[in-house]
Amino acid sequence: MPDEQQERPDSSDEWAVAQPVSTTTAGPAGPAGPAFSVDVAASKRALADVDHTPGVAKPDPILKADNVVRTFGGLTAVDVDHLEVQRGVITALIGPNGAGKTTLFNLLTGFDRPDSGDWSFNGRSLNRAPAYKVARMGMVRTFQLTKVLSKLTVIENMRVGATGQRGESLLAALFAPLWRSQETDNTERADGLLARFLLDKKREDFAGSLSGGQRKLLEMARSLMTEPELVMLDEPMAGVNPALKQSLLGHVKSLREEGRTVLFVEHDMDMVRDISDWVVVMAQGRIVAEGPPDAVMADPAVIDAYLGAHHDTELTFEAEEQILAEAEAEIEQEAHSNE
Amino acid sequence: MFIATRRRSRSAAALVLLVAVLGALLAILAAQPAHADTSTADDEAVRCALVKPTDDDTISILGRICDRREKPPIAVPGVAVTVEDEDGNVIGEATSGEDGTFVIDLPGTAIEHLGKSYTVALDESTLPEGTKPEITSRTLSINIDNDQTVLFPIGDVGPSKPSKFTEALQLAVGGLVFSVILAMAALGLSMIFGTTGLTNFAHGELVTFGALAAFFVDRLPGRIEVGGAEITVIVGVFAAFVAGGVFGWLNDSALWRPLRRRGTGLVAMMIVSIGLSLFLRNIYQYFAGAQQRNYSQYGAVQPWEIGDILLTPKELIVILLGAAVLVAATSLLQFTRLGKATRAVADNPGLASATGINVERVIGIVWIGGAALAGLAGALLGVTQGFDFQIGFRILLLVFAAVVLGGLGTIWGAIVGAFVIGLFTELSTLFIDPEFKFVGALLLLIIILLIRPQGLLGRAQRIG
Amino acid sequence: MDWNDLLTGSLQQALGPTAAVYCLAAIGLNIHFGYTGLLNFGQAGFMMIAGYAMVTMSTIWGLSLWLGVLLGIVLTIVFALLLGVPTLRLRADYLAIVTIAAAEIIRQVISAAKFSEDLGGQDGLTGFIGPFREVNPFSEPVGIEGVVMWSANDFWVMVIGWGLVAAACLITWLLMRSPWGRVLKSIREDEDAVRSLGKNVYAYKMQSLIIGGMFGALAGLVVTLRSATVGPSFFATDVTFFAYTVLLIGGAARVLGPVAGAVIFYFLITVLDLFFGQATSGANPIIPASIMNDTQASLMRLIFMGLGLMLLMIFRPQGLFGDRRELAIDAR
Repeated sequence: MPDEQQERPDSSDEWAVAQPVSTTTAGPAGPAGPAFSVDVAASKRALADVDHTPGVAKPDPILKADNVVRTFGGLTAVDVDHLEVQRGVITALIGPNGAGKTTLFNLLTGFDRPDSGDWSFNGRSLNRAPAYKVARMGMVRTFQLTKVLSKLTVIENMRVGATGQRGESLLAALFAPLWRSQETDNTERADGLLARFLLDKKREDFAGSLSGGQRKLLEMARSLMTEPELVMLDEPMAGVNPALKQSLLGHVKSLREEGRTVLFVEHDMDMVRDISDWVVVMAQGRIVAEGPPDAVMADPAVIDAYLGAHHDTELTFEAEEQILAEAEAEIEQEAHSNE
Repeated sequence: MFIATRRRSRSAAALVLLVAVLGALLAILAAQPAHADTSTADDEAVRCALVKPTDDDTISILGRICDRREKPPIAVPGVAVTVEDEDGNVIGEATSGEDGTFVIDLPGTAIEHLGKSYTVALDESTLPEGTKPEITSRTLSINIDNDQTVLFPIGDVGPSKPSKFTEALQLAVGGLVFSVILAMAALGLSMIFGTTGLTNFAHGELVTFGALAAFFVDRLPGRIEVGGAEITVIVGVFAAFVAGGVFGWLNDSALWRPLRRRGTGLVAMMIVSIGLSLFLRNIYQYFAGAQQRNYSQYGAVQPWEIGDILLTPKELIVILLGAAVLVAATSLLQFTRLGKATRAVADNPGLASATGINVERVIGIVWIGGAALAGLAGALLGVTQGFDFQIGFRILLLVFAAVVLGGLGTIWGAIVGAFVIGLFTELSTLFIDPEFKFVGALLLLIIILLIRPQGLLGRAQRIG
Repeated sequence: MDWNDLLTGSLQQALGPTAAVYCLAAIGLNIHFGYTGLLNFGQAGFMMIAGYAMVTMSTIWGLSLWLGVLLGIVLTIVFALLLGVPTLRLRADYLAIVTIAAAEIIRQVISAAKFSEDLGGQDGLTGFIGPFREVNPFSEPVGIEGVVMWSANDFWVMVIGWGLVAAACLITWLLMRSPWGRVLKSIREDEDAVRSLGKNVYAYKMQSLIIGGMFGALAGLVVTLRSATVGPSFFATDVTFFAYTVLLIGGAARVLGPVAGAVIFYFLITVLDLFFGQATSGANPIIPASIMNDTQASLMRLIFMGLGLMLLMIFRPQGLFGDRRELAIDAR
């Protein structure tokens, strides 16, 4: 979609901040207006023509990664040949435990350094960019184990999220008039988001006092304070009580309606099926399958990845013994390599 | 069940082995001074002998001037020797006697000289015709309050400094002694950190406790003898090991275990350990006083001459004993069931607990073992260089440096780190002023962290 | 036992110049530890650099003492940068060890015999205090008759010291209510979260280290002016630990915590000191010399301090006045 490309503001470091803040105008709990001019329907349609093969090219990728490799000692945690994430849709990253999903997240967002590899966001290389720069470019992440700032109130948590604050420079900090008006604006925007994420009643509570699900919501709301173009959610459903899940799903979808791109890691297959437009499957550090949710979940390669290659042959007693022995040896080796 | 029993017996066997090795080595140490006593009287006239150091409050510089061209070397008498301090003031003079030896007492008490360095110089005009000293002056730094021995070999080689290599070897001996002691203390600290996450600033006080425990045994009325050889200090060293363990158990069960149970944060525990360090250090001073102390034995031992290197029996014993203890301790950790459990707890306490390991019991044993090692380190430090109420606090930073250098919480890291720090401290004096040797070691720590933040053998952590 | 003496003597110390010194050092640590979560165990190093810089400016180069103050501040910033570059990316416990090591490096180098010509070695330096005392507006002892009384020189240092404390508290308050302070507090809570929100955590930690170090520098300057001499013994590792005790008594992450902490700390320490001093002195001491002689009596305050620090951290980590729910540091 070349015309859309042109509509995006030019890429200065702080452009996300300079954006007119559209969410502030949305009423509490009301649907947020689009923050980015992306035709969601068109993006979804575009995916229909894409092949269902690992590492396939997308019509309008926001994020591209090539040959990203990360090893821990002798173990290759991530080895991704090629990955593209389509703009304006919700992409799920799934795979069994230890498949390297979180490690890939860490690499892409600058929280970890790969052994090799190139990746870019909106066409701008992110190689060796530190985490904070990645976030400023408009690619923000959340964490598997939520990271709320426990001893700060909920509203203070939100305020921290705002980028480009004048009062965050040491000298200006001393003179309140220099930053007070911006602070008021940020607070207004934060209150809007809190209302949308149903946290407005908790505004003055310490974030540490929130429940697991509320923390997930707060983290998501806080990440929106940076006005991100790409939101990366690491297991948004983990530890959330079932009653809250539907509302969380709604929030993730609302991100797409605003024109943001979402990439999320999840184990909850219902959620994946329900909200994702595209699914990428990782196993043992590699991408083994890609495609729309239904196609992917029927893919034998995916089932193999989850259940092991021999899931359909019944285990004999001897085979089981052998697998146990292998597992034990592996644990032993692990223990040795840890010294 | 059978397996469990067998494994338990295996760890028991390893313990027995450790105790046996300890005992054997201590026995050698016991036999040593008796041997040294008898040998000095013999052949002073024939060979040029070393002067026996005296165990008093002053530091004496003991020297010998030998003509190496003869076999066996003969003494060179009548050579004038002076001692100068750092500012070039002559503070002592002597002339070598018939046996080629000289003794210069430094004025004042030992404490005044600690950390200073002195230059011992030969007056070349007083040397006999045709002889050439290999070196005419040596600089000594006083690190311990024992008498210092210097050698002036004379030969055909012409005036040249002793090779850097010889000097390095001599320093490496001291470095090794320090390294094994440091390694024992560091291993304890690292094990405790690994299993509990506690950065224990009171670990130095565990070391001092060992030195004091040995001193307590030493000061008990009477001597402890086995077959005519006095072993009071050896018993003291052993007592330090045992008492250290008991003290560690006390530390853990009275303070740290309750804190862990309350879920006290790691930073808070670190600050508690600072309070404990302050408390214990002043309690020690309250009861033991502030003065530098020595044990009744091994304060002054005649060194052996191996080539150009001087090695005292106690240094050798400390190195061997230390190495044996380290091997035993690491073997325990490596091969026994308990050791594996310890490593499992260090790796992931939650998981270890889920697999049926009694985490608290393992931590308790680690505290006993770690503190026993620290106590042994303290007693051996006391044997090699004397001690005071803050000996442990003084080496605490170097212990930390060793542990951090190797990678916090790793077993081999602590030992490797200790040897790097221990040897570096001594060998660096080849190039830098001895008073900066600790500075050098601490700088090394900072530089290594700059290059490898997780330490030499540590692992990088995953985020998220 | 002279209780009146005990109380007035303690009050004298609690408000005196040394309390101001520890208060300033603790304000610096409050920025580091209380607000940012940085475990700086090398505050004594910052103090020492500033103190020696000020003194050597006049003793070596014969320049103005006031120029020395400036040099002291500049050198502390340099020290903070040098210290921060390798350590601020490390875990908290590593930082603690490296900072304590760095302070010890500074102390051993400055007190080295090799540099004793210029830096005075173990004995330290004197003979710089003239310009400071010349501008002393007080010529008579100041105080309340029969309660507290300070010499003119001491009072002059007190005015400067507590004046700096007031300024430091004001700056801390201004900073900590601002978005800058909020980022610091967020870093204390979870630096990865802050990083994920686009803040350059490393730069903020560095700024925190510098600001807190500068308050430490002020402490070093005041202690030097107070003693009219500067020597390595003022800047031992324990000084940092005392400053931590001061901070924790008053409560970390509170603007006025260090002030309350310093006053209470010095009051209690002096009470103990005077009490045991009196109890062991005289021909017929209350505590017989076989149990405690006067040297041992002088250790009692340190013994109690160690014990106090432990108990404080265990039972009241929020400080004597704080609300446990608002406890900002990782203690639970």
